[in-house]
Amino acid sequence: MTVSGIMKQFQVVGRKAPTDAVPNPEAYRMIIFAPNAVIAKSKFWYYMHQFRKMKKTTGEILDVVEIVEKNNRIVKNYGIWLRYSSRSGTHNMYREFRDVSLTGAVSQLFDEMAGRHRTRPRSIQIIRTATVATKDLKRVNGMQFAKANVKFPLPHRVASAKRGQKALSSRTFTTVRPTTFFG
Amino acid sequence: MPFSRYVEVGRVVLVNYGPETGKLATIIDIVDQNKCLIDGPEEITGVSRQVIPFTRIALTDFTVKIQRNARTKTLKKAWEEADTMNKWEASSWAKKLSAKKKRASLSDFGRFKAMVARKQKSEIISKKMTELGA
Repeated sequence: MTVSGIMKQFQVVGRKAPTDAVPNPEAYRMIIFAPNAVIAKSKFWYYMHQFRKMKKTTGEILDVVEIVEKNNRIVKNYGIWLRYSSRSGTHNMYREFRDVSLTGAVSQLFDEMAGRHRTRPRSIQIIRTATVATKDLKRVNGMQFAKANVKFPLPHRVASAKRGQKALSSRTFTTVRPTTFFG
Repeated sequence: MPFSRYVEVGRVVLVNYGPETGKLATIIDIVDQNKCLIDGPEEITGVSRQVIPFTRIALTDFTVKIQRNARTKTLKKAWEEADTMNKWEASSWAKKLSAKKKRASLSDFGRFKAMVARKQKSEIISKKMTELGA
């Protein structure tokens, strides 16, 4: 699986194809994070065949819907339980992220796992996600922005030339030192 | 010099990059060390509620009294109560920005007229100064 931009959340429903012997097989529902519906269906079969004796060739997908979060007007703390395979083994992990939506938090997770552990999206399996109340947060250092009355300055702001600051003009060299203190 | 502008809930910021460039907004919540949630309010400044990185905003001297995750309605009320827009318009930062904008919108002839007017102004000033014996 590859990741491009924000991940989406899908609900995939599938079952074994009905036969004469079993005309009404049990349907299974799974929440899957994927960039599009095609990958979501593929992931469904990947996870499903680990739990039940089922596979794509002998099964059918009944429904794929994208789940869109309605409440994206406030920042929430998300806890994500995951399992990933590193170069030397498989690990379970719990991470916390702050975002306005779960899909945003999951996207952050994929980016951070790539950055910190060089983990590719194909080797990450999301076990469970939850919104976490501020008092229940476990990663205190990483979650210090969840505290009440957070207040900090923005020191040493180095503006890029794109920001239209005079000192950093389009020329290669300048005689003016850039201003980095903005109060 | 100590810091006087902080990233905090209620801080009024100026967006300086992206589609909302040049518009004011208010910090509603802090997401992490790189991002915050801002809201105009849209009716006053034209910025809708969104997450924005700190690199795209400049902190101003103004704050409004709001709670974390305030609704747009409450925010609008706080802005009106604090008279933030007028305070901003009166600041030299906003004046410089609007002067810059005005100058950029002038034609070549307009810039010429501005140049002539400036010359006339300095002439009057220097005349007055010699008259006063300064």
